[in-house]
Amino acid sequence: MKSASDATMMLRTPFHSRVAAACELNAWGTWKGYTTPTAYTDVELEYFAIRSTAGVFDLSPMNKYRITGPDAEAYLNRLVTRDVSKIRAGRVGYTVWCNDAGQVMDDGTIFHLGENDYRVCAFARATDWLHWSALGFDVEVVDESDEVAALAVQGPTSCAALLAMGLVGLEQLKPFGLTMFPFEGGTLMVSRTGFTGDLGYELWIAADKAELLWDRLFEAGRPHLIKPFGSDALDMARIEAGFLQAGVDFVPAESAVRSGRSRSPYELGLGWLVDMDKPVFNGRKALLREQARGSRYRFAMLDVDGNKPASHSFILSGGKKVGTVTSAAWCPTAKTNVAFAQLEMPHGDVGQELVAEIYYQRELQWTRVMAPCRVIGAPVFNPPRRRAVPPGAF
Amino acid sequence: MKKYDAIVIGAGHNGLTNAAYLAKSGLDVAVLERNPYIGGATVSRELHRGWTYSNCSYVCSLLRPEIARDLELPRHGLQVVPYGGGVTFMRNGDYYGNYYDHNRQYREMARHSKRDANAYERYTTDVMKQTRLIRPYLLRRPPDPTSLKPRDLRDLLGFARSFMEMGEEGLADTLRFWTKSVGDYLNEYFETDAIKAHLGGTGVIGTALGVYSPGTAYVLLHHYMGDVDGNVGSWGFARGGMGAVAAALEKSFRAFGGEVICDADVDRIIVRHGKVRGVALKNGDEYLADIVVSNLDPRRTFLDVMDEGDLSAELLHRARNFKIRGSSGKLNIALDGLPSFHGLDKSSPLMVGDMHFTDSLERLERAYDDWKDGTWSKDPYVDMLIPTQTDPTMAPPGKHMMTVFVQYAPPKINGGEWTDADKAGFEKSVIDQIAAHSPDFRDLILHCETRTPREIEAETGLTEGNIFQGELTFDQLLFNRPFPGYSQYRGPVRGMYMCGSGTHPGGGVMAAPGANAAREILRDLRRPDVVPGGYADD
Ligand SMILES: Cc1cc2nc3c(=O)[nH]c(=O)nc-3n(C[C@H](O)[C@H](O)[C@H](O)COP(=O)(O)OP(=O)(O)OC[C@H]3O[C@@H](n4cnc5c(N)ncnc54)[C@H](O)[C@@H]3O)c2cc1C
Repeated sequence: MKSASDATMMLRTPFHSRVAAACELNAWGTWKGYTTPTAYTDVELEYFAIRSTAGVFDLSPMNKYRITGPDAEAYLNRLVTRDVSKIRAGRVGYTVWCNDAGQVMDDGTIFHLGENDYRVCAFARATDWLHWSALGFDVEVVDESDEVAALAVQGPTSCAALLAMGLVGLEQLKPFGLTMFPFEGGTLMVSRTGFTGDLGYELWIAADKAELLWDRLFEAGRPHLIKPFGSDALDMARIEAGFLQAGVDFVPAESAVRSGRSRSPYELGLGWLVDMDKPVFNGRKALLREQARGSRYRFAMLDVDGNKPASHSFILSGGKKVGTVTSAAWCPTAKTNVAFAQLEMPHGDVGQELVAEIYYQRELQWTRVMAPCRVIGAPVFNPPRRRAVPPGAF
Repeated sequence: MKKYDAIVIGAGHNGLTNAAYLAKSGLDVAVLERNPYIGGATVSRELHRGWTYSNCSYVCSLLRPEIARDLELPRHGLQVVPYGGGVTFMRNGDYYGNYYDHNRQYREMARHSKRDANAYERYTTDVMKQTRLIRPYLLRRPPDPTSLKPRDLRDLLGFARSFMEMGEEGLADTLRFWTKSVGDYLNEYFETDAIKAHLGGTGVIGTALGVYSPGTAYVLLHHYMGDVDGNVGSWGFARGGMGAVAAALEKSFRAFGGEVICDADVDRIIVRHGKVRGVALKNGDEYLADIVVSNLDPRRTFLDVMDEGDLSAELLHRARNFKIRGSSGKLNIALDGLPSFHGLDKSSPLMVGDMHFTDSLERLERAYDDWKDGTWSKDPYVDMLIPTQTDPTMAPPGKHMMTVFVQYAPPKINGGEWTDADKAGFEKSVIDQIAAHSPDFRDLILHCETRTPREIEAETGLTEGNIFQGELTFDQLLFNRPFPGYSQYRGPVRGMYMCGSGTHPGGGVMAAPGANAAREILRDLRRPDVVPGGYADD
């Protein structure tokens, strides 16, 4: 019999039996109340599965919302900054959504599954906001987070591994495309998406078929050197690829208590996601005002001298503090020491030379280095295979 | 006739590194390579269709990250992927495994000896102390203790200071470390034969010495002082094979406007009035430059491509007596599938690392006895890896490639040249050893490239097939490498320099000698230093 407390204990994803068997280190973390591994065998080796072979990540805890109904497109178009009418059926779009003050609430992806049928994947729990925004639209919003299991399969041999699993024609799928395959009496949705900046796919399946999918994937993927990876390796990959992490690189606007702590899309380097030519959307007015008056901050990617990650560093210009680092990592494939920084305007032009004040500890002794760094205009990792159609075998 | 600013003889990875920095500084540079392909001992070739071998060097750790980053080698296609694992198979059917995770490693060691498992922590601390001493000197020229130049005095002082910081005990340890045998060193920590053998092998790799010969502890250190992404002591594979290192260096060099000319076998360095003028090829072609840099080992540089009349008698003696003895061979094998090994699951993380079959120092020493007797080891020490468990690019999916480094193989068999029958005997001793631990191994072999010192020398030009361009013993290290008075990359005539592994800090795919030499050349030309210094450890 279930005790009263079971209902609030840590959850397990539909892949848990397989994940637990593979998690040799027993290094568990939590993600939205789910037990998820931070590492399976070794963070570095898992990171290199993403960059050299194929890595598999259980992203089932991701918040997933199904939006259906005659007004689905109009509803989403009002909700997010991008023009949703341009995301054709069978395509996926990355976007952000803002509150009325033009501050980013979250970033996520919109999957256009079919006519009047969308799925929104979000970092933050969004049920309240999605229903709140539905007023006056003929749409249905369903939280399907628990029903849909998902695996990210990322890396240069990911396509070869999935082809070996029998996903015929997958090599023709374009980046941000999605497609369906029959799978054991159900449907397997595959999108060419991911959070690693590499060639990669995400597999979406009904929870009751999850274990079967895992088994088939690893069986077919073995000759292609497939391996599971945890959240620590993912973090390295996403920083190298220049991806922001909600809750790390920005505070979701509705959870910011102190004024001035949230950010607009422009201030996060995500201005390209804002379409002022489409009908009215949340935050539009505020964003127009910001365009006219100028932003307070600028997101910058920094190439930092030396090999000490500039985690939590202050960024200085002429000896004066002009910003802080939100994410930092030594990037093993690009062999670059990268930091994401929030800089006060007008700092952050590409090429600007700054200084990162880095503290690090060795055997209990703290050392400070003032590492020169410069603003770079593009992520340090962006291989051609990420876009190639068809992608190669590795 | 066109005149270059500088000519580098040899497109080994050090020659290419040197050339890249000279070109980066704005000089017009050509690299002349004898082979139709580049890389020297840093080379990958497809000898069996669908399989790529790392024909000579096969694993990467020493390559200086500062250089890889500065020359943008990742952008030019280089990716170094670390691996874990490793195992020594024992004659009694058991094995000793080397786990990447520290605590699993402890448990595996404790399975053999709890005391050893505990001592391993003391051992790694002591070895790390030594790597910390040497690592800052990798990207610097060694100070000359006989020089009174301010720069040398300053460098010497710095060197002395880091020594003194170690304290009296540390100093004594250091001196012992640099002169001791690897066997004696390991005996101070461990009691289990298989563990000592597993750790000790790197003390004799590429070295014509045995595990009980003084000086081999340093060779072990030489294999420990590298890193992959800051993890000191870690090793990795260059994705696509070690040739990827040379290929990326070449691209970087070309991006700076450099020129690589293959099939250019240099006959001699032309010297006039005590200054270099260029080089002449075997086919009679001449290339002119006021700077000529030799990537060849010291023996070949001074006794082969330089005219004896241009050198002092003392230098000629030194070159002739330079210790550069061949001691290693190699097998590269294309496999139809992943072989199974007694006692190990095919999915074991131990399989992806270095595998050995020599379970005691005693057997290692006996293997050396064969070398002294002028023949290959009948029970060799092998360092064997299957990189295709990590790298998907070197064999078709599901198929595998095996690299087997073999210690010992002498440069001559009983004083005579290697014959094809000798080579077959050498190959057999290796394959028999592997097959004794792997029932299906023999049947999986599709193709095998066997390299004795004869083939290594013929293909790479490494004298006697010595993999480090000269032995890594204390008498040939730092300011003694290659010879006293010539350790700062400058040759005996004006405009002539050395940049190969025969110079400080020595052999391995490190790129440090090439970079350090470039710094000295640019200094002599009074050009700005474009060569990066080393990252500080703390
Ligand atoms: C079998 C083997 C295994 C090894 N394994 C490893 C390993 O796993 N990891 C590691 O770090 N190191 C390893 N090493 C050592 C490492 O490969 C070498 O120390 C390093 O590659 C030497 O580089 P170099 O540039 O100094 O010289 P070389 O690579 O020797 O380059 C010299 C170049 O000069 C060319 N040349 C010679 N004569 C002439 C001439 N007359 N004219 C024009 N060109 C000429 C040669 O063809 C060659 O290309 C191994 C070496 C061998 C042989």
